[in-house]
Amino acid sequence: MAAKQGKSPFELLGLMEYLLHILILIGIYVILSVSLNLLAGYTGLLSIAHAAFYGVGAYVAALLALRLHSPFLINIFCAVILSGLLGLLVGLPSLRIRDDYFVIATFAFQVITFSVLNNWVSFTGGPMGLPGIPPVSFGGLVLSPKWVFFLLVLLFAVLVLLISWRLVASPFGRVLKAIREDEVFAASLGKDVSYYKVLVFVVGAGIAGIAGVLYAHYISFIDPTSFTVMESIFIISIVIIGGAGNLWGSVIGAVVMVALPELLRFVGLPNVVAANLRQILYGALLVAFMMARPQGLLGEYSFGKGGGR
Amino acid sequence: MTGEALLEVQGLSKFFDGVKALDDFSSVVNRHEIVGLIGPNGAGKTTLFNILTGFLAPDSGQVFFKGTSLVGCPPHGIASLGVSRTFQDLRLIHRLSVLDNLLLSFRDQAGESLGGLFFRWPQCRHQENENTSLALSLLESVGLKEKDGEPTGDLSYGQQKLLSLLCGLASGAELLLLDEPVAGIAPVMIAQLLSVIRGLPNKGRTVMLIEHNIEAVMAICHRVIFMDAGIKVSEGDPVTVRNDPRVIAAYLD
Repeated sequence: MAAKQGKSPFELLGLMEYLLHILILIGIYVILSVSLNLLAGYTGLLSIAHAAFYGVGAYVAALLALRLHSPFLINIFCAVILSGLLGLLVGLPSLRIRDDYFVIATFAFQVITFSVLNNWVSFTGGPMGLPGIPPVSFGGLVLSPKWVFFLLVLLFAVLVLLISWRLVASPFGRVLKAIREDEVFAASLGKDVSYYKVLVFVVGAGIAGIAGVLYAHYISFIDPTSFTVMESIFIISIVIIGGAGNLWGSVIGAVVMVALPELLRFVGLPNVVAANLRQILYGALLVAFMMARPQGLLGEYSFGKGGGR
Repeated sequence: MTGEALLEVQGLSKFFDGVKALDDFSSVVNRHEIVGLIGPNGAGKTTLFNILTGFLAPDSGQVFFKGTSLVGCPPHGIASLGVSRTFQDLRLIHRLSVLDNLLLSFRDQAGESLGGLFFRWPQCRHQENENTSLALSLLESVGLKEKDGEPTGDLSYGQQKLLSLLCGLASGAELLLLDEPVAGIAPVMIAQLLSVIRGLPNKGRTVMLIEHNIEAVMAICHRVIFMDAGIKVSEGDPVTVRNDPRVIAAYLD
């Protein structure tokens, strides 16, 4: 999980600040899970590399802001282009292979990305990370209050939802679903299956980059541990529990998965226990959903069940 | 009623691990013709369809559709040229509605490209509305209109065969390759399907179909090709082929 846990948040922040913090994280995870849903839920491409694209977005923004003092909008533009290009680079070879092998190929890319971030010390700061990333500012106007940043995240989350909605609730989305269900049938109807797969992969990667930029500017310190394969699996969990193939499912999934563990704090558990319990909770939740409700809270599609036709 | 050549097949051969699936197969399908492909299992009929639609590459030979070579062209490219096919094992998207399966079949949809979605949305909407009313009238013509919103998986087998034929029609394809369009369905549905297929040449379509139901083939085909072991054994009008001693021998075996 993304939040850098200090002591109890109540000691550090006021209740309002704390709530805004949770809402900002939810917003970032909505962007991540909605974009992964385009790949996994609608097109059937279960990618384990989403945290890698998220990380690329964060590092691009951090490095641009720190080294070149470039403004936020430039950072977000460059981050989207770069993570999208990387998506193209990964997608072209990976999408030639099928199902299980695609999952493994994205896993490999995830591992490579983490390794580069962790070991290219002179450029990325390695395990020490990149501290002191400036907050978002527009022409000298710094968006320092938390609620202003929350509004910015909200704006981007809504924008991403609108774009995704246009993509899925259209003939384009119908083609994606057809590819998910039966590639041969889609091809026989004249749909260029590989083109659509690569395109969606690039779009998903680019959107994940947006989340990375927001995260970097918000937290002001990034290191590679925020972008591990565990993070990818966390995003996948949001998509599955919320419901694959349903955009609102991803929104609800992000709310549940980010907010639910916070409730553990209120039952009076010591912080150390609560942190460990969270991992167990995620695992238990995922298993429970897989067994009792594989299509998630709002989903129409479940992985592996009646896949193909 | 038939016209010039629409599809030309020249010397197609395909081997699977040394087994001849298709051996030097040549034929011509003319415009507005219904050609039946018969023969025992393993005769190479479906292999021929798979090569014609780009799902298999031939070892040798050529295929021309309206003069354009199809060999080496990917399946979606061939479909875009106007060659549509159905599958013996019926491929349809069960989880999508009947109407969505049909809408999926239309070619050249602006709403299937990013440019259309984000820069020409009114055109996408307009086209989608037109396609929808066209799809609904197709469904109405075969009495499936009330089923438009149902998941395709809920249709009977015969209705699904009918729907996959409609998908080919919706695609606007000039050449329809139908793999066993009436196999395994109730007699009433067979009659309905045959009457739809029989009417296709008048709507500017050309049909090549594989079918084991000889009665059906005799009833609607203008010309019949009999294949055995990858070889074209006999070709001609239905009665001639049916009375060909080699055909009779093969079916009595």
